[in-house]
Amino acid sequence: MSKPMTRHADVQTIPVSFTLNGRLQEIDVEPNELLLDMVRDRLGLTGAKRSCDVQVCGACTLLVDGRPVSACTTLAFEVRGRSVMTIEGLADDGKLHPLQEAFIEHGGFQCGFCTPGMLLASKALLDENPNPTEAELKHFMHGNICRCTGYKKIVESIMAAAKKMRA
Amino acid sequence: MKSFENIDAKSVKEAVGLLSKFHQQKKLAAVVGGGSEFLQLMKDHVVEPDYVINLKTIPGLDYIREERGGFRIGALAKLADIEEHAAIRDKLLILAAAAGDAASPQIRNAGTIAGNLCQRPFCWYFRSSNFTCLRKGGQSCFTVTGDGRFHAILGAGPSYIVHPSDTAPALVALGAQIKIAGPAGEKNIPLEKFFLLPSVDYRRENILNPGEIVTEIFVPMPKAGSKGFHHKLRERQAWDHAIVAVDTIVESSGGVVRNAHVVMGGVAPIPWRATKAEEFLRGKKLDEASAKQAGELALEGAKPLKDNVYKIKLAQELIQRGLLASV
Ligand SMILES: Cc1cc2nc3c(=O)[nH]c(=O)nc-3n(C[C@H](O)[C@H](O)[C@H](O)COP(=O)(O)OP(=O)(O)OC[C@H]3O[C@@H](n4cnc5c(N)ncnc54)[C@H](O)[C@@H]3O)c2cc1C
Ligand code: FES
Ligand code: FES
Repeated sequence: MSKPMTRHADVQTIPVSFTLNGRLQEIDVEPNELLLDMVRDRLGLTGAKRSCDVQVCGACTLLVDGRPVSACTTLAFEVRGRSVMTIEGLADDGKLHPLQEAFIEHGGFQCGFCTPGMLLASKALLDENPNPTEAELKHFMHGNICRCTGYKKIVESIMAAAKKMRA
Repeated sequence: MKSFENIDAKSVKEAVGLLSKFHQQKKLAAVVGGGSEFLQLMKDHVVEPDYVINLKTIPGLDYIREERGGFRIGALAKLADIEEHAAIRDKLLILAAAAGDAASPQIRNAGTIAGNLCQRPFCWYFRSSNFTCLRKGGQSCFTVTGDGRFHAILGAGPSYIVHPSDTAPALVALGAQIKIAGPAGEKNIPLEKFFLLPSVDYRRENILNPGEIVTEIFVPMPKAGSKGFHHKLRERQAWDHAIVAVDTIVESSGGVVRNAHVVMGGVAPIPWRATKAEEFLRGKKLDEASAKQAGELALEGAKPLKDNVYKIKLAQELIQRGLLASV
């Protein structure tokens, strides 16, 4: 929100300055540009997926200031001054996050399409609540749908990661 | 999505001024909070404004404040913040539960309380650009001959939408007030009077006039000796809209009802207050029989469509359960 808006020809452009996976990112966007398109098409981070496009599946989940949002239905300029994490930012310098390790170890994915969203949503949960009950976990993950329907393994993976992270 | 110009409002006054100005100039403009509902309508080409006035840039409108007489909730407070607010969970549990039942966590992190109360219907005919339904200037409500399995059984006609908000019935049960700012200044009205039946106006869901916006919700502290109940029935466990929701606040002593508020979601174009049931309950001892009768009275006069008769039994049963859990 630091710079004023400018208009080029007929289309408004909005300068957006935000933190992307820990680094400062500056980019000009049009008002109707979606966060998911900006991240995937313009910044080349294709981990977040477009699936339903109507906020019902969670495949496009990103963390904005640590909270999961559906990037398919968020305007890109909304992240002005905020901190965004995509799945590409979850591993720390090549070292997998305990959630990623647990998903591998416990078979928390089949085709993998929902996985980036599952990982980010569950990261947000564990950051807030390191010791969730299964009911709390399911409530927090209502917005993430797996069409391979491997929920049991997903829940097991997250619970295992939570345990490891608490240790 | 069609292109539009975004305007970051800096104050309520500016937002109201802009809305009024665009209205006078016959330009299409709208305000957005979280955008989680409005953006969907824009993506689906159901609404295509030229100007979008962003309310989120108004500083300090996202407060949740506890005062002696109740809670003041700013228009921009997010559903997730209401769901998680410790004092709201403690003193207005049905509101926290209703906010936590709305949509998905992703949407609750974006969606504001004002947006939740002002959202447009989630009827599939309304939301599809393939149907020009009554609410969009067409000739008929397609639910009557089409598929109306999730639609209204009370207070409907000529349009059969159900009001999609989960927080609205809880807030009406709690006796909330809504503050509206407009070109002529501010006014406070009972939230119950905010919503409009289709028989009054089937093109809009609430009384907001051009240039008016919602700025605050006030929820009075429930009276001592009162107990609340909230339950939302949906088709599945993942996020979904209510098939039937029931919110009750019962003030009682020794099992005898002094005052009861019984409000249903998912059954009518507005949060539906079961006034007959409320009157019946006053002074009654709450037991299986009186709770059952209250449930039946609440659904008296229901006029289901061909596909949603099932809602009557569900609602009756849920009210009965709610009342029994409230003493
Ligand atoms: C897939 C999906 C499922 C959902 N399921 C549920 C559900 O089960 N239960 C439920 O309750 N809700 C549900 N919702 C709705 C959701 O809760 C809303 O999207 C959200 O609360 C809207 O808040 P917002 O701030 O994003 O509103 P916006 O999208 O910004 O605005 C919504 C509407 O309100 C108007 N508006 C916004 N702020 C104001 C204001 N201050 N004054 C006047 N008008 C204003 C806008 O012009 C617009 O018409 C669902 C939404 C989606 C997309
Ligand atoms: S693609 Fe965004 S929620 Fe499904
Ligand atoms: S693993 Fe295939 S959608 Fe979840």
